[in-house]
Amino acid sequence: MDQIMGNLGLLFEFPVVNLKIIIDGVMIGALFALAAYGLALVWGVMNVKNLAQGDFVIAGGYIAWWVAGLGVPALFGVPLAFIIMWGIGWVIYKLVITRVIERDLFTSLLATFGIAIMMAQLLNLMFGSDTQSVNLGYETLFFFDGFVDVPIAKLIGVCMATVLAICVIVFMKFSRMGQAIRATSQDARAARVLGIDTEKVYAFTFSLNAAICGAAGAIIVMVWVIQPFYGITYAIRAFVIVTAAGLGNLPGVIAAGLGIGALEQYGSHIFGIGYQQAIAVLLLLLVLVFRMIQQRRSRQVLK
Amino acid sequence: MTITRTKLGVLGVIAGSLLFAGQANAAECEDLVLGAAISLTGKYATNGIHAQNGYEFAIKKIDEAGGVKVGDKCYNFKVTYYDDESKGDRGATLAERLINQDKVQYMLGPYSSGLTKAIAPVTEKYQIPMVEAEGASRSLFNKGYKYLFAVLSTSEQYLASAITLAAEQAEKEGKKASDVKVAIAVENDPFSLDIRAGVMEDAAKVGMQIVIDEKLPRDLSDMSSILTKVKLLKPDVLIVSGHSKGAATAVRQIGEMKISVPMIALTHCEAADVVGNFGDFANDILCSTQWAETLTYKDELFGSAAEYDTEFKSTYTEYANKTVPYQTAQASAAVYVFADAFERAGTLDKEAVRDAIAQTDLSTFYGDIRFSDAGNNIAKPMVLRQIQNGEYKVVAPSAFASDPLNWPRN
Amino acid sequence: MTIAKTLLYAVLLLIIFAAPFLFPDFRTQLATLWLMIIVALTWDMTGGQMGYNSLGNIFFYGTGMYACAVVGIAIAYPVAEYTNASGGGIYKFTDTQYFLGAALGILFAGVFCSLCALIIGYFTFSLRGPYFAIGTLGVAIAAGELVSNWDFVGGGQGIALPVYPNDLDEGKLFFYFLFAGTGIILFIFLNWMYKTRFGAAINAIRDDEEKAEAMGIHTLRYKLTTWAIAAFFVGVAGGISAYQLIHFEPLETAYQTINLGIFMVVCVLLGGKGTLWGPIIGAIIFQVFKEVTWNYLLGWQWVALGALIVVTVVYFQDGIMGWLKHTKPEWFGIRVEKSADGGANS
Repeated sequence: MDQIMGNLGLLFEFPVVNLKIIIDGVMIGALFALAAYGLALVWGVMNVKNLAQGDFVIAGGYIAWWVAGLGVPALFGVPLAFIIMWGIGWVIYKLVITRVIERDLFTSLLATFGIAIMMAQLLNLMFGSDTQSVNLGYETLFFFDGFVDVPIAKLIGVCMATVLAICVIVFMKFSRMGQAIRATSQDARAARVLGIDTEKVYAFTFSLNAAICGAAGAIIVMVWVIQPFYGITYAIRAFVIVTAAGLGNLPGVIAAGLGIGALEQYGSHIFGIGYQQAIAVLLLLLVLVFRMIQQRRSRQVLK
Repeated sequence: MTITRTKLGVLGVIAGSLLFAGQANAAECEDLVLGAAISLTGKYATNGIHAQNGYEFAIKKIDEAGGVKVGDKCYNFKVTYYDDESKGDRGATLAERLINQDKVQYMLGPYSSGLTKAIAPVTEKYQIPMVEAEGASRSLFNKGYKYLFAVLSTSEQYLASAITLAAEQAEKEGKKASDVKVAIAVENDPFSLDIRAGVMEDAAKVGMQIVIDEKLPRDLSDMSSILTKVKLLKPDVLIVSGHSKGAATAVRQIGEMKISVPMIALTHCEAADVVGNFGDFANDILCSTQWAETLTYKDELFGSAAEYDTEFKSTYTEYANKTVPYQTAQASAAVYVFADAFERAGTLDKEAVRDAIAQTDLSTFYGDIRFSDAGNNIAKPMVLRQIQNGEYKVVAPSAFASDPLNWPRN
Repeated sequence: MTIAKTLLYAVLLLIIFAAPFLFPDFRTQLATLWLMIIVALTWDMTGGQMGYNSLGNIFFYGTGMYACAVVGIAIAYPVAEYTNASGGGIYKFTDTQYFLGAALGILFAGVFCSLCALIIGYFTFSLRGPYFAIGTLGVAIAAGELVSNWDFVGGGQGIALPVYPNDLDEGKLFFYFLFAGTGIILFIFLNWMYKTRFGAAINAIRDDEEKAEAMGIHTLRYKLTTWAIAAFFVGVAGGISAYQLIHFEPLETAYQTINLGIFMVVCVLLGGKGTLWGPIIGAIIFQVFKEVTWNYLLGWQWVALGALIVVTVVYFQDGIMGWLKHTKPEWFGIRVEKSADGGANS
């Protein structure tokens, strides 16, 4: 208790710390938002709740780490992870996901859970269980007497995440395939009637999701560390954000991602970093209860 | 002490004498069977194999030195191994099998605190002496076990010496030890919490203030919120323990955020390869280790720590390009403790041997070994090494220091 | 009950009693098998029979462990002092203290978990489908994280309970029969319950909750009762596990969401959802598969397990019982009318 009061006190004693916490939160939140956006896509378009989301992120990270080890400049890891994860996503779609789409909702949760533990263990067998990271060797920028630090690597990561997000948004809005995806998510049957090859749309969407996650992972490995079994962290955040923001609500996903990033940073400052995971999960429960109350008013349940 | 020295001195003389004669001697000796369940597969396999190699190397050395003299007979150790698959319940089952079916009277320990915790109740039940080398958690030593002996330092000592060092530095600066502020960030698991407990106790003894006391989550990837508090509260010592990931994350972010704390102490630096991964960021960080080949310990059987290192590498060539892990060294030391205890007991009666082990007072290449009533080794300190220009240099305890401490950091 | 059925049950009982004596080396594994059967059967009560797929039943297992341990310690020593003393102090339990503590602890674990189920269920049962699964999973994960930061119960250190006081072999039998007894009681209870009006009502909730509600079934009451009964048995199983394992810690043993928490679901799917025997058969196959891969596919066991889950869920969703029902409907007393194409309609 004393520690909590002390930590709260620090926030008022050094107001600049608030700025630092918010900047850090937004940085990590941007990456959460990427993974969540991918999840919102597959959930909205084909009603697949992908528990392997986090493992796609980690796999992307390992791809970037691996090519960096081969001497490729680390920043190229991001597009490479995007492309390779696209392929892996496509293979997983063809092997498993295509058979899950029309089934009941629980099926996709469990099937992707199976994929998740397979991927985590395969990564463990291939790369070992030690934590890995890519060190870009860039400087850190300091503001406010060194209290606020912004490593350039983090800045680059956030910029890349933003660019990726903008590309995806533009693609979804203006390209033929993007329109087909949005049409399918609104009404798959109508889309089929109108001549859209929904099977192709599904495959494309799932691969795109894997690729976005892979790129996010490649950014994460440059800024933080990864380990084969860290996937669950990102999967939980993605579910929290999508549940909070709802499907097909891109600005909502980004806002929720940044908000949850900041809230988590505040939470771990006040209660201690050991509560980070608990805070994320409790936020999820809060969001669920809140949405439930909303639904109850209209005598409905959260389906 | 003197008794031990002379008896093992005899061993040493034989070892130093003609190798041929040594082997001839060994051939006449009978087998003395020890049992061990060790992780050859599963998550602890790498370290389990390190430990097994350590056992085998020591047995080979003792053979060459003429075996173990018990009364007027001589014996060679032979170990019956089972693979515990790194699982506690399996380890306990195998310990029972060793005792009931293979009629083993003496046991060597498994790898890891967890496995030792699983096996110790069994050996205790059947009153089988077990000398273990890989279970550091001090929760092993508050159960009142009488047949469990550990040659390694318990985990609460891993970083406690950093506190002593900080107190010494403060006094050199003309400050009081009680002015020193300590920040602690350890993972929320039994091993790291033990480390925290040790640091807290030692800090309390000299009245240091704990300004940050946080627990790291299991899947840690970002500790900047703790480091921000470090910037604000300006502690004099920062203690971090969270296995490899804790070390890696800490070193990286300490470097990125330019955290300037006079003393930073970590565990698992070597495992996380912080020098290879983060280069200059790791400079002047203190790392704890059970044993290092550069230490000045020595004994008559293995020679000095450095000689152990070279000889082990020539026997097990797969280690040629690596450092010999301390897990191997302490496994060898465990076998040495048994050899010494048998010679002093002068009988194979397990109660007598147990008592002899309890009275062990031995100087080895691995460090001094003397057991408390609880069975842990209280004579060997943990060693602190500082990363100086990318190399690990022993800086504490002062008796073994090869280089002076760089202080304050940055 | 027909003679054949009576005979079958008699033989099964005999096997259950003889197994630990026939395979003395496998007593611990056999006890674990019973644990799997108990958690699979209880998962199927809500998941299979009532249509609420919980991913958070592991919450009751972990809470049962802690509730049992706290009571078991509290009858002899102050709990906070006991859990804090990981560094020193020796705590001995007399035989009476051990057995009384275990008995009270295990019972308390069951009752406490039932209460938790009522409270959590009151909130979560307004969630449907994936939200119910995610919500309950969230409860379990959050509980594990909070307990691991709660020093009263030892935090991340976990709790060490006293060792079984008498002979070790006897201890193994003791825990085997505790698990087996709980499993048998649960089976008899479910065998009876699924045939009652209550069983029909929860099936109605699964088939169409709105209609069930419209027919005057107070669905929330039924849902809560079912989950509370399930939680009681999982809590008891958790309590027994706590004493069997001696030492446990919050994240990897007690609230092991991604191990046991998911395994129980896989067992049920493997054997067949919504049947009485399905979860039992599934648990046996799963446990054997797990033991074999853990022993012979070292390093790859998790990959094999993931593959088993994917294959079960994607290609074999009705499970073994579902498949049998489809191919051998007469075994289930279902009359089959041969249609023109020879397919079976049940």
